[in-house]
Amino acid sequence: MSNGRHLAPRPGFVLDVDKNSPPIVFHHGEGFRLEKLPAGRSRVIYPAEPLEGLPDPDGAIRHALLNPIGDSDPLPALLRPNMKLTIAFDDISLPLPPMRRPDIRQRVIEAVLDIAAEAGVDDVHLIAALALHRRMTEDELRHAVGDRVYDAFAPKGLLYNHDAEDPDGMVVLGETPHGEAVQFNKRAAESDLVIYVNINLVAMDGGHKSTATGLTGYTSLRHNHNVHTMLNSTSFMDRDKSALHASNWRMGKVLRDAGVKIFQIETTVNNDTFGREGPLSMLQKREWEWSGRDRASFLAMQQGLKVMPTNLKRKAFSTWLAPYEMTSVQAGEVEAVHEVTTANVYRQHLVPVEGQTDILTMGLPYICPYNVNSIMNPILVMCLGLGYFFNLYRGRPLVREGGVVIISHPTPWEFNPVHHPSYIDFFEEVLADTTDPGEIEKKYEKRFAEDEWYIHLYRNSYAYHGVHPFYMWYWGAHALSHVGRVIIVGGDTRAVRRLGFQPASTLADALEMAGDVVGPQPTITHLKNPPLLMADVT
Amino acid sequence: MATTPLTQRIARLRSMVGRLGFPWRAAPIPPGVEPPQPTRQLKAEYDTAWARRYPARVVRASLVETVMRFVMSVVASPSREGTDRLSTVDGPVIFVANHHSHADTPLLLTSIPEPWRHRVVVGAAADYFFATRLGSALAALLINAIPIERTKVGRRSANLAADLLDDGWSVLIFPEGGRSPDGWGQPFRGGAAYLAIRCNVPVVPVHIAGTDRILRKGHLLPSRSSTTVTFGDPLLATEGEHARGFASRLEAAVAALGDEAANDWWQARQRAHAGTSPGLTGPDIGAWRRVWALGDRGRRSRRRRVLWPEL
Repeated sequence: MSNGRHLAPRPGFVLDVDKNSPPIVFHHGEGFRLEKLPAGRSRVIYPAEPLEGLPDPDGAIRHALLNPIGDSDPLPALLRPNMKLTIAFDDISLPLPPMRRPDIRQRVIEAVLDIAAEAGVDDVHLIAALALHRRMTEDELRHAVGDRVYDAFAPKGLLYNHDAEDPDGMVVLGETPHGEAVQFNKRAAESDLVIYVNINLVAMDGGHKSTATGLTGYTSLRHNHNVHTMLNSTSFMDRDKSALHASNWRMGKVLRDAGVKIFQIETTVNNDTFGREGPLSMLQKREWEWSGRDRASFLAMQQGLKVMPTNLKRKAFSTWLAPYEMTSVQAGEVEAVHEVTTANVYRQHLVPVEGQTDILTMGLPYICPYNVNSIMNPILVMCLGLGYFFNLYRGRPLVREGGVVIISHPTPWEFNPVHHPSYIDFFEEVLADTTDPGEIEKKYEKRFAEDEWYIHLYRNSYAYHGVHPFYMWYWGAHALSHVGRVIIVGGDTRAVRRLGFQPASTLADALEMAGDVVGPQPTITHLKNPPLLMADVT
Repeated sequence: MATTPLTQRIARLRSMVGRLGFPWRAAPIPPGVEPPQPTRQLKAEYDTAWARRYPARVVRASLVETVMRFVMSVVASPSREGTDRLSTVDGPVIFVANHHSHADTPLLLTSIPEPWRHRVVVGAAADYFFATRLGSALAALLINAIPIERTKVGRRSANLAADLLDDGWSVLIFPEGGRSPDGWGQPFRGGAAYLAIRCNVPVVPVHIAGTDRILRKGHLLPSRSSTTVTFGDPLLATEGEHARGFASRLEAAVAALGDEAANDWWQARQRAHAGTSPGLTGPDIGAWRRVWALGDRGRRSRRRRVLWPEL
């Protein structure tokens, strides 16, 4: 079918802004802003166009299962009757936004189960590896694994969410040489084979992080989800320089030594977030390539968004399903598989950038890994901007030490009380006291992590764990220690101040305010999205 | 006998017409010559090309999306599964399905996903649907039927279907050759498999459950029942595979889908690999026991129908 795509996707590039450069579209939560950047000292990093998806994804999956990478037998040779098989898969936080049906997890899990059925395996459990994230609802599970798998397993209690606080469902398997306790899902630990089904959207995902984070609990996570680890992860999108990943790799070795056999299946997707055609396709086009229709659609959308109430805007955006295509699939031994996966993620995301900048600007979208079908509260704004977007670099941060980050997002003082109950208390109580990650960790983390009510809500409702907002704050610790000031454009003034940042009404105001920190005539770099990119800074 | 002016006029008119020769009148048949029988282009000879032209397609699409869809939703409450399996297919395909009832065709025509839905022709029994001129026209217009010979071997049907596949049309065929006489299926004939091999197009197996309770053979009035349409993975004939073997594989695929619809996907895959999927044709036992055994088939509950959102 024709889809209007280019013959070969064009790589990302850096645009030097001059007087003739058009205004740039900034994501701004459930809306957009058109911003004119100062000519002569600004540049915009444009992402690469979406790579072509695999022409026969099901065939590619089967080929990967039969031809594993690294020290692993083909999947059929690992399966036998009377064995215990556990299939774990990534939760609702991947991919973002959720992808159109059929989800990649469904394709992979059906292929795996088909081979398991052929081998006569009866004892199969499927677990959403969500660590301390909220439980997935029935609809979300159905979307991820498909109705066929859901209907076959969930009614019998064989498809469920991981519960890191189940005293009978978790087991400690050992300790790393660094003294990190390795806690693991008991069913997975007792299985003859654990098959992990992953979707890699960014370079942070996958590898030993899949199991050593997804199927573990607070006992393990506190060793790598902490301020010290984050300050030493430069960045956590670059595994070789990430203390977070080093810890996960150590834990992976403990799992292997404890006899947990893992068959890792990793997939990568292209960055086709809003489609090559359709109502939002203009968002991932370069502004000067917008057609008359694109401009008309954008103007109409802007007018519509202006009059829509926030809840309705959230609803409208949350219905968007990305037409992601699978660009690679590899299976077998964890580390060997992850090497190939990372190379494929970089193939899509990396854009070479020369030198750092005084001011880094970014427009944040309506979604991050922790607010799917929910509200992007101020803590998540901080996490997405200073945690994820700031860390989308390899080599050096895009902004120089002591520079300024300018974020565009409405940053509403709003929380989803079902999904983020501990976030509310974190915002009201902890951030009112201090915004210093180290102090927060020392003073408050343990109390929130062990709070019975939060644990109850995590296990029985759809709440993130009590300690989760702390991890969100730690995620931005590297950026907080690196930059001199953070300014949020168009945000709720009180909420922005509570975060410890400075509010600004317009980008021009924000640039003026940034001048106090970085001096006059600063250089500016804008990290363009959508879609996602990763700067390879030299 | 007295003559009236009117009768005189009629007689005069007759003699005038009688004097008109050919070509005003039909030429007389020479003595000893057998006149050819007038050809009635019906059954397999019926030309359905008009029904694939744009005006007829617009009419049909309107009827399918309004009347047919509404009637099916009321009568059949269809649940449609497995359409995602078609996501990797591009171009024309052959849909093969089990056949219980006249409701099967409208149900499928409203269930087949885009882009195939309005580019599909239905293989219909030439001796049944194309027996009269009115019936032929209605079948061609309403369901885009093409006549398929089922009582004799003829190339015309196969050539027509092959030409249509080449032109980008998909074809829906019920390989059992007719509706089920007793609620169980019948063995698949080789026509669909032959066509797939000849044209090298994928075959999408489809299982229909529940229509036997709506309008089964011998019944004139429909009754309401819930139905499930399950689409399977597209299948291609393997290198050197014979039509008979491929037809058996298609039948097994439809049977596995039936198992999936009645139980669940995982059990169906386990039984399919073990070669123990319940067959379409039912147990080889006495007639009353076959009917009795039909009662064992049922669909377990699926997604809960929530009338009020959970708070």
